[in-house]
Amino acid sequence: MNWHRAWAVTRTDLQQLAKSRDYWLPMGLLAGLFFVVVPVVALNVIASAQGSDAIEQIGTVLQSLPISIQNNIQGDSPEVRAAFAIAVYLLAPIAIIVPLTIAAAVGSNTIVGERERGTGEFLAHSPITERELYAGKLLAALIPGYASTLVGFGVYSVLVNLIVGPKLGGWFFPTAGWWVLILWVVPPFIAIALSLIVRISARVQSAAAAQQAASLVSLPVIVVSYAVASGLIYDPLRSGLATGALAWLTAYILVITGAKSLRRETLLGIGIGAGKRVAVPRRQEGIAGPAKG
Amino acid sequence: MAKGMSEPAIKFQGVFRAFGDVMAVRDLDLEIPAGSVAVLLGPNGAGKTTTIRLSTGALAADSGQISVLGLDPRVDAGEIRQLSGVVPPKPAFYERLSGRANLQFAAQLWGLESDLAIEESAQRFGISGSLDSDVGGYSTGMRTRLALARAVLHDPAVLFLDEPTAGLDPESARAVLALITELAGKGRTIVMCTHLLHEAEGIADQVVMMSEGHAWVAGPPDHLVNEYWDDRRVHLDAENREALAVVKEFEGVVASETNGFVTVELDDLNRLPALVQRLVTQGVRLTRVEPVQPTLEQLYFEMQRHHRGEEAKS
Repeated sequence: MNWHRAWAVTRTDLQQLAKSRDYWLPMGLLAGLFFVVVPVVALNVIASAQGSDAIEQIGTVLQSLPISIQNNIQGDSPEVRAAFAIAVYLLAPIAIIVPLTIAAAVGSNTIVGERERGTGEFLAHSPITERELYAGKLLAALIPGYASTLVGFGVYSVLVNLIVGPKLGGWFFPTAGWWVLILWVVPPFIAIALSLIVRISARVQSAAAAQQAASLVSLPVIVVSYAVASGLIYDPLRSGLATGALAWLTAYILVITGAKSLRRETLLGIGIGAGKRVAVPRRQEGIAGPAKG
Repeated sequence: MAKGMSEPAIKFQGVFRAFGDVMAVRDLDLEIPAGSVAVLLGPNGAGKTTTIRLSTGALAADSGQISVLGLDPRVDAGEIRQLSGVVPPKPAFYERLSGRANLQFAAQLWGLESDLAIEESAQRFGISGSLDSDVGGYSTGMRTRLALARAVLHDPAVLFLDEPTAGLDPESARAVLALITELAGKGRTIVMCTHLLHEAEGIADQVVMMSEGHAWVAGPPDHLVNEYWDDRRVHLDAENREALAVVKEFEGVVASETNGFVTVELDDLNRLPALVQRLVTQGVRLTRVEPVQPTLEQLYFEMQRHHRGEEAKS
């Protein structure tokens, strides 16, 4: 495995991505919506809505949680406790949804994009191995997805602390659960989704088909990771660490098998949805070759 | 260093490759000497592109033996690709990146450390001035020049050119042919696919005629001419041209035509030395005695006609 070559693929893809305004603009808007707009609106509304029905309902929900979790919820008033719970617990899954969406959008176009552009032919004749190409493509999709998570997480942390922090006596976010989520759980979940999506990208006939298939893959991964993210926030150190470990193992297996499944011919558009192969004869003794002048 | 450099640079023996129910390459035998310029001629669908893809190991053969620079693509494809350069029929690039970024990517894949090769290659093909512009804005000619620059960046031992001049302006087409001549002069092996016969004219050391995935005839052009070209015409010219008029009276001269110089058709080319001797004896000061040579196009169609005749017989 030559990492220089794999990294060359990653860097080239990222350079193209940086120049693709039509890609990063909507993705930036998506990240902004989830990490900035939704939290700011929700937290401001909750923090300033004294004695409303919504606050009472959130309070009722919080009372139904285990005592250990209730004890973790900070704040003196119902509004502040509701805002704390939303900031720390309810918005946690956005840390999964955003990077998965971004990574899936990039990942679905990786191999099929090379084929559609015609650059697959160049890669097929180059010394890069299938494994290096797979690794390079995986990283090229994982990096923007995870980078958006880190940036969004940073922005989200600042916003939460600015809006809810003053009512809790200072900065309180990120909590331990969020650190585990961001640093330990999110990366393998992105890798799991991408290992499947890059595999699909090598097997479908067009970028449009790849995006459709990527949605099918990322949806269940999002649902699972949403559930996991929501759950582990409540019990970060035990379930978070265990879930992350399981996710890393799964990601490792899928990445390794995914790299092995990539075939060079698919870069040329051969073997994509191919039908039956004809029985290929072998040279028989006595069959003349071409005339040599 | 590639092993077995004394062997032919490229050798196919009984190679088959099918795509679905289409047999793209069928019992292909091919032998291209190291340091030669081989031209694969044939119509679309003849199997020329598949032959290139099989050579670099981009495609695997279903059966048969392939050897490139003494290496087996099934085992040493990485090394073969490291030693090869390919210019595909429609060179593709990362459109949003500059020509330089595209070349840098290729340089990284081939393990080149410095940018010197990029500068030299760009200079060589006259694209230095556009190197920092996005490839999306390149003309067809510039794209081909960039593809050539990319293919020779690592100084390959074998260069495959697949329809390299298709859609090119004359200047760019000339750059392609100049590259072939230059690399051939340096002892590189060149394999060019084309269905434009005039492209192969004058540069081919070896011509391989292909159709339906099979090479039905191969060899140096002069050998093929000897074998397949049955033209008994000879161009004659002399300082005293009017003295050539006597030639039509000579034994064995079937026809004679004057068009500035004189073209005579003999019943047997072996009569030519005697004919020349007689003219000289009669005081004709000959300045030209040249049997009519076919263009590659004429030869191709003659060989095709011959091949079909053979097929019909069998």
